[in-house]
Amino acid sequence: MNIVEFISQPWPWYVAGPLIGLTVPILLILGNKSFGISSSLRHVCAVCFPANVSYFRYDWKREIWNLFFVGGILLGGILTAAFLRDPEAVVVAPALAEELTQYGITDYSQLVPIQLMNWESLGTLKGLVMMVGGGFLVGFGTRYAGGCTSGHSIMGLSTLQWPSLVATICFMIGGFLMANFILPFILMW
Amino acid sequence: MDSKNNQEAGLIDDVSSINDAMCVNESRLEHKWYHNLKYLGAGIIFGIILIKAEVVSWFRIQEMFRFQSFHMYGVIGSAVVVGIISVWLIKKFNIKTIYGEPIYFTPKEFDKGKIYGGLIFGFGWAITGACPGPLYAQIGVGVTVVIVTLLSAVAGTWVYGYLRDKLPH
Repeated sequence: MNIVEFISQPWPWYVAGPLIGLTVPILLILGNKSFGISSSLRHVCAVCFPANVSYFRYDWKREIWNLFFVGGILLGGILTAAFLRDPEAVVVAPALAEELTQYGITDYSQLVPIQLMNWESLGTLKGLVMMVGGGFLVGFGTRYAGGCTSGHSIMGLSTLQWPSLVATICFMIGGFLMANFILPFILMW
Repeated sequence: MDSKNNQEAGLIDDVSSINDAMCVNESRLEHKWYHNLKYLGAGIIFGIILIKAEVVSWFRIQEMFRFQSFHMYGVIGSAVVVGIISVWLIKKFNIKTIYGEPIYFTPKEFDKGKIYGGLIFGFGWAITGACPGPLYAQIGVGVTVVIVTLLSAVAGTWVYGYLRDKLPH
């Protein structure tokens, strides 16, 4: 097995987690930047359609580093797909696989269930709720909470901020309720 | 040394940004645009890590919220541990940025948005299997329909900004 094949395999948590954690000091040392990704959504609004909303009227040019960073994430995805693609399907826990089979989700070849998330299914109510509705909740909720997994759960907890702990607990409660009690009904449609 | 003064200046900046709960990164240094390329590089590496760790996988997120796998807890938990140690080291040794500026931290203010917004984001995270970072990574990896999810997230942010004064905080 050569080195490219080796790193193309899924990385275990104890490799990926510490590397993600190192993003915190790297951004601080590169220029006093506080790790946070959902801010980029606000900057896009401020750049493209600030309207007369005070929340979007600020000097976004001073925050442009954040858009470079998320642009990098996008490029990282392209590079991974081109050079580090893992030919194996995503391994799914047996209990989850059993549940998903009931909803007709059997294709694990992509990072997302491609049977649900594709351009055709945008025309269905289920696809619309999941992609458009889900995305809306992510954008609305992260800004309402003042951060997302990176800004609160990683950066906020790393600096021992209790409001970030509250936010993180609420992320998990919301996700738990949705995944176990609401999403099954959406997937059954 | 003038680092104490600079830190105080940092704190003054922080106070002005608290009500906005954002835009905390304003450095007093002016740089040419290409200095931002280092953040592009950091983003590329971060994106590759997200994908290779399957943090951007809808399936891993479902397992996490159903307590069927330790993977995501291990990733987030070990990231936080490394983050806490790094921040502690930065403070302990008074480590500076590559431009020689002292590093400062912005306190996060509590408001009820952390609860309401947190729950709403949790709902969206479980549905899409993606927080904002993974949205960009999923598009890059070739699931182009996620562009729609990302645009919808931008729309959600815009609606929040529009309604902000009327929402409980």
